[in-house]
Amino acid sequence: MSAPYFLEHIWLIPLFPLAGAALMLFFGRRLPKPAISTICVGSVLVSFIYALGAAVTLCSWPAESRSFEKILFQWISAGAYHTSAGLLGHFTADWGFLLDPLSVVMVLIVTGVGLLIHIYSVGYMAHEGGYYRFFGYMNLFMFSMLMLVLANNLLLLFVGWEGVGTCSYLLIGFYFHRKSASDAGKKAFIVNRIGDAGFLLGIFLISATLGTIRFTEIPAALLAGHFAIGAGVLTAATLLLFVGATGKSAQIPLYVWLPDAMEGPTPVSALIHAATMVTAGVYMVVRNNGLFRMAPFTMEVVAVIGAATALYAATMGLVQNDIKKVLAYSTISQLGYMFLACGVGAFAAGIFHVMTHAFFKALLFLGAGSVIHAMSGEQDMRKMGALFRKIPVTYRTMLVATLAIAGMPPLAGFFSKDEILGRTFGVNHLLWFVGWITAGLTAFYMFRLLFLTFHGHSRVSHEAEHHLHESPSTMTVPLMILALLSIVGGWVGIGGRFEKFLDPVVGRGAAVTEGAMAPTTEYTLMLASVIVGLAGIAVAWQMYIRNTALPGRIAASCGALYRLVYNKYYVDEIYDAVFVNRTKDLANTLWAFDAGVIDGAGVNGVGFLTRLIARISMWGDTWIVDGSVRVSSRLVWVLSFPVRLLQTGLLQSYLLVMVVGILGLFGYYIFLFRH
Amino acid sequence: MPLRADMMADLCRIAPELILCVFGILLVALEPFVPSSSKRALGWLAFSGSLVAIASLWIVARHPGPAYGGLIQVDNFSLFFHGIILGSVAVVILGSINYLCEERLQRGEYYALVLFAAAGMGVLAGAGELITSFLGLEMSSISTYILAAFRRDARKSNESALKYFILGSFATAFFLYGIAMTYGATGTTRFTGIAQALSISGPTLLAVLGLGMMLVGLGFKVVIAPFQIYAPDVYEGAPTPVTALLASAPKVAAFALMLRIFYVAFGPVQHIWFWAIWISAVLTMCAGNFAALLQTNVKRMLAYSSIAHAGYILVAFAASTELGIAAVLFYLAAYALMKIGAFTVITHVGGRGERHLELSDYAGLAKKQPAIAACFTLFLLSLLGLPATGGFMGKFYAFQAGLDSRIIWLVVIAALNSIVGAYYYLRVILTMYFREPAGESGPDAGLGSEIEWMPQPVAASIWVVLIIAALGTLYLGIFPSRVMEFALRSAASLR
Repeated sequence: MSAPYFLEHIWLIPLFPLAGAALMLFFGRRLPKPAISTICVGSVLVSFIYALGAAVTLCSWPAESRSFEKILFQWISAGAYHTSAGLLGHFTADWGFLLDPLSVVMVLIVTGVGLLIHIYSVGYMAHEGGYYRFFGYMNLFMFSMLMLVLANNLLLLFVGWEGVGTCSYLLIGFYFHRKSASDAGKKAFIVNRIGDAGFLLGIFLISATLGTIRFTEIPAALLAGHFAIGAGVLTAATLLLFVGATGKSAQIPLYVWLPDAMEGPTPVSALIHAATMVTAGVYMVVRNNGLFRMAPFTMEVVAVIGAATALYAATMGLVQNDIKKVLAYSTISQLGYMFLACGVGAFAAGIFHVMTHAFFKALLFLGAGSVIHAMSGEQDMRKMGALFRKIPVTYRTMLVATLAIAGMPPLAGFFSKDEILGRTFGVNHLLWFVGWITAGLTAFYMFRLLFLTFHGHSRVSHEAEHHLHESPSTMTVPLMILALLSIVGGWVGIGGRFEKFLDPVVGRGAAVTEGAMAPTTEYTLMLASVIVGLAGIAVAWQMYIRNTALPGRIAASCGALYRLVYNKYYVDEIYDAVFVNRTKDLANTLWAFDAGVIDGAGVNGVGFLTRLIARISMWGDTWIVDGSVRVSSRLVWVLSFPVRLLQTGLLQSYLLVMVVGILGLFGYYIFLFRH
Repeated sequence: MPLRADMMADLCRIAPELILCVFGILLVALEPFVPSSSKRALGWLAFSGSLVAIASLWIVARHPGPAYGGLIQVDNFSLFFHGIILGSVAVVILGSINYLCEERLQRGEYYALVLFAAAGMGVLAGAGELITSFLGLEMSSISTYILAAFRRDARKSNESALKYFILGSFATAFFLYGIAMTYGATGTTRFTGIAQALSISGPTLLAVLGLGMMLVGLGFKVVIAPFQIYAPDVYEGAPTPVTALLASAPKVAAFALMLRIFYVAFGPVQHIWFWAIWISAVLTMCAGNFAALLQTNVKRMLAYSSIAHAGYILVAFAASTELGIAAVLFYLAAYALMKIGAFTVITHVGGRGERHLELSDYAGLAKKQPAIAACFTLFLLSLLGLPATGGFMGKFYAFQAGLDSRIIWLVVIAALNSIVGAYYYLRVILTMYFREPAGESGPDAGLGSEIEWMPQPVAASIWVVLIIAALGTLYLGIFPSRVMEFALRSAASLR
């Protein structure tokens, strides 16, 4: 029995962007811009259509059987072995695709938001060099990200994981002639390697313990292995996986690369560093929720790290002046929310927030891009102000997104954030409090951004003022669609519908606590988060609209604290001093060892010896062999002039050698028989 | 009529040799009647003769067992060697046709001699006793002596042939003495008979000296130290296609005989000859590799490399196990392929009069004729023993056999020697790919200063040879198991 068309051809979804990337790689340089746009946007559009088709097909199935696996071919197969848990393992990794409610959500986010951002980029990148390169990388990213969310095993997921990391590196360093951009690319790549190393070790440990890395087989292996809740090996494995997640999703302590990643073109920041790639860590944790549930300690770590990152990044967002940096810290903070949700067992809420966040954060970045575009490349909010009349579409859409992220009902962010906070409250009040405070801070810094950029007095330079214009429709239409999604995107969560949809993946366990909370508590919490959001907005209004001198006074009055936060707690400097420079020292030491001992004594020594032997043999050749030949030929010449014509000296010496050899051989045999 | 059936079966068992001789006689007979413009056809006749001989192996394979009362032994072992020898000869003939046209040496005798030599080697590979093997040895030797002198206008060719002849006769005389002594000691010349006699009497000095004397003759043919000394001069002076032949088929055939004499006839006294082989292996490898290091003449360099490879084969030989014998067989197959390929490239690049044999002539070959350079690179890498080539698998099996037999030091020396080999093989590759061609032709300034020497266009027959050799080398490197299985079965049939 073959599955419906869209499910049977699910592997085509990543393939279209790959084809686009390949075309760009081989022919991009020679293609005109319209052709490039058509190919690259078109490939994502076709992917999106196939994703929609697959989603609709899958959703038409009964809820409990909504899972479809398509294995294209076997990729790696190693023999059977006994795992440390006594299971019979058989290591195989297929080129296989898994479609279930979780991957449906992710695929739709990736292709849908990706499509909008691709369209936006056509306008945004119109005047940039390397147009084909940009779209080639973007398509390659789409391929990798789709592999990541569709993979049916951890290793293939890791392939996508590495692929998105590579594309992220390439796109952050897109303006590679700018040193800060290439440095930022390297930083992102190297910091991610640390996380990847953990992830890879986690995969090894899972394979060695459970004997499988296929998602559909892991639950059965967990049952068969009779693991206790909190078994050490599972805790270790999940912690290692989480290390990978902290790298990719920019959590403490590996978040440092994301703010720097803003060096890339703004659509990249929107697609990779806000909507999709950075949520890969959350996706991976949710994908392995069965494992994480078995490791309560890891869950606690995830929750605490998530909450801490949310608060910590939000404080840094308060004082940034670069419009994209504010959004970067906001992204880190929101990712913290998602991990907080995972940590308290609300995996569905985490994915819900991934989705709403993809809408409003992509919108915020694209809006910021539109502002930067209008301002001829200016990113400093202190040089903006009163832009709302000049670029009204951008302003209105960004206002929607800001309200959404601030958690104002009935916008998307309200539902997902409220869901997370409500579920956190049921587990731990302190974590809820941290999340609640962060919500207020979020509202504050987002409205600070909005007020500084669009309201107040214009601080725009004369030149920029001259060029100020609304963006073309290729840019504004995606903004409007995303604005619409930021409004209605959260409604799917009303009445726990979204959670029910994900139930087959994240399990019934998640829904059990739902009834545990009294409706009154729920409404109180809802009210509390709305109030703290409004408070944040009010403070921002007070500081940046009514009394614009106030921020400066506050900054001056608590100078040390302000400088600490403004300089991002000096974490980059601390990392440099503790890790980066020590690594460089180690590298220098190793280099010195390499140059001195390995090259000097080893390689050069061997080279010297070889040359010496060659010299000796050459010397032997010239003096002993040739010499003896010459001497013997002379002797022959002198002593036996008549036979000289018949014999050459060489032949004689050859015979001599053979005779010596024969005598040696016979001598040996005779010696052997004497004894 | 049981007698007639027996005769037929015996004839079938020597079918390849018969066919080769018939074609050889035919060539000599036709030669005066073929106009010089169409002598090329004789080459194709010889080639088809060798193909028919290869085809006749199917008939031979149907009739395993002894022929003519045990003078000839047909088994998997002799089949394997017949395959290598006849294949080599066919390919060498193909590679010669164009060369002889260029040199204006297109004669039927050349091909007839190659076929007679091949018949002799076939006898060597199938011999079941010593006198027959001596006949085979002489038949192949005398033909090759003449072939080495085939460029009779060239002094080097004459020098080469003369040295080959004199030293070869010297060595063969020892071989004959060895036969006599062995007969004196054991009262038989049959390999199995000698083995029986030795296992009853134990090693006697007379028999062991006989073996030593035979080792002189065999060592000369397989080019191992200290009887390798003639090889560079002879290989360098002989016409290059003949060098390709000398370096491959006779050596392979002589190894077949050597295996039979040492493992079948003198198997019971293996502990006696083991150290002689061990020392000879070390000397051979070192003599070949270290002498090749400073060579600038590529043809001579490859001659030294042939010596080195004989040393590697001796490592497997010394292993004294079935795996070792199989490794020798596999190595010989790979060796013949890559050596013929390499010498064919040299034939091509050498051009008319063999004027371009120096390393400097290879500078920039990758730009002039990239496909030729690529083929040569493949053969050199295989000679060097890089993975995915037949040379690598040959070394791999040889060293594995050595390690299994706990002759670790020999394997270590062999491995170190392969490293030394890398220097001179890679130097040629480097020259082809990274050195700019010299503006003027090198030492041969006879024609004045040529500007930017270009090799001649590649003849179709050369292409065929190169493609066969290259594909064979890759096949043995990537899918070695089928050939190795056959080699193992052959080794089993020897015991």
